[in-house]
Amino acid sequence: MKVTIDEDKCCGAGQCVLIAPEVFDQRDEDGIVVLLDAEPGADRHAAVHEAAAVCPAFAIEVSE
Amino acid sequence: MSIDEQVLPYPIPNDAALRPPAEWAELRGTCPVAHVELPSGDRARLLTRYEDVRQVLADPRFTRQLNAPDAARLSADGGGVFNSEMAMIIPDSGEEHQHWRRLVSKWFTAKRMNAMRPAMARIAEDLIDEMVERGAPGDLKASLGFPLPVYVICDMLGVPAEDRDRFSYWSDTLLNLTRYGKDETEAAQAEFFQYMTDLLAGKRAEPGDDLLSELIAAGGPENGGLDDLQILVTGMALLVAGHETTANMIGKMVSMLLADRSRWEALLADRSLIRTTVEESLRLDANSGFGLPRYLKEGTEVSGVELPKGTTVICSMAAANRDESAFEAAEEFDLTRSPNPHLAFGAGAHSCLGQALARTELQVVLEVLLRKLPTLELAAPEAELERVEGLAVGGLRTVPVRW
Repeated sequence: MKVTIDEDKCCGAGQCVLIAPEVFDQRDEDGIVVLLDAEPGADRHAAVHEAAAVCPAFAIEVSE
Repeated sequence: MSIDEQVLPYPIPNDAALRPPAEWAELRGTCPVAHVELPSGDRARLLTRYEDVRQVLADPRFTRQLNAPDAARLSADGGGVFNSEMAMIIPDSGEEHQHWRRLVSKWFTAKRMNAMRPAMARIAEDLIDEMVERGAPGDLKASLGFPLPVYVICDMLGVPAEDRDRFSYWSDTLLNLTRYGKDETEAAQAEFFQYMTDLLAGKRAEPGDDLLSELIAAGGPENGGLDDLQILVTGMALLVAGHETTANMIGKMVSMLLADRSRWEALLADRSLIRTTVEESLRLDANSGFGLPRYLKEGTEVSGVELPKGTTVICSMAAANRDESAFEAAEEFDLTRSPNPHLAFGAGAHSCLGQALARTELQVVLEVLLRKLPTLELAAPEAELERVEGLAVGGLRTVPVRW
């Protein structure tokens, strides 16, 4: 799995951090997404897919 | 006459407190861009399909400039939160909006919200203890749902919680589309404006450890910060937004869970369902209020329907959240639904800034209620629950409970 994020689209909702905190974080200064792990292990795939699906700004892309 | 030839009154009348009006399913099926008449008498178009609402909310051509001369007025007096001149002080789009958003967003990150959980839980515990002391039946809305978000947002902004009755009234005049006359609304807004002006002057003299003090400390526009008026309006907007929305949602969420008590029991048996249950309550909130209006600055098309420049559309997120084409068994309350990409907080660059706060408050309230009052039940039949009328944000008048 490969995860990419779009900082410009990100609206800082924090859903990804709440769902997959091992993979996503937010910058302290403006709440914008930080990708901690661009190729997360299999045990995190479900959470990453969920985070991408519910991102209100459509800022997370996942490819296999 | 079929539904696509009618002009429906909007908001669509509905007596059921927790259930959707029958029109939603029909509109999604056959008339996704309906004609509606607003309380002002002006016409707008109502969107009810998931894909349409999601796309329109994320499309910058659908602006929030509801004060344009040919935009539909929502209420008869042209007042209310969406038409307000004040709403225009915060940049609506593009880089300026993004800049404003990022300055404020840092206060609402998931990490910050998680750090606030213990404090929120303590507030919830104290409020529940006080309700229990007063004896059953109690009103969960007045006892817990309303005060908790108010204490939390007041604390974040550095606003004295003792003044909450005044904020409640000011919020109500801003958010209520039908109850108050123009003079009353304007007087309330002027008072609110003066209150915030004095509060900010105090913070300039003596900064605290709060959001407003930090916005001031960030400097003016020349230093990458906000000007004085923008800070003031930001404070007012956050106070109003942090007030009615989650306050009402707590009451609606608990009512939905208790109206079919098997949901409450499932949560008692497995607390790991709290997060997905909160999301499902947000998705199925049939009484979420007005929806989000948008003003179209150039012509376009939605679901094959031409919309000319100058059209006002109303996005019904609550109707969209029950769209069978987006959610399997959309009418069913599924405590395990995942993913749940509902639109209760909107979508795109303007999606709710405070959503992590709202989610955290809802999760904490549910955790504490399940722990402290596992025998909680509604003290009135669901049919007797009453909606608050006329608000941009929907809610229940009271949530009678016993335990």
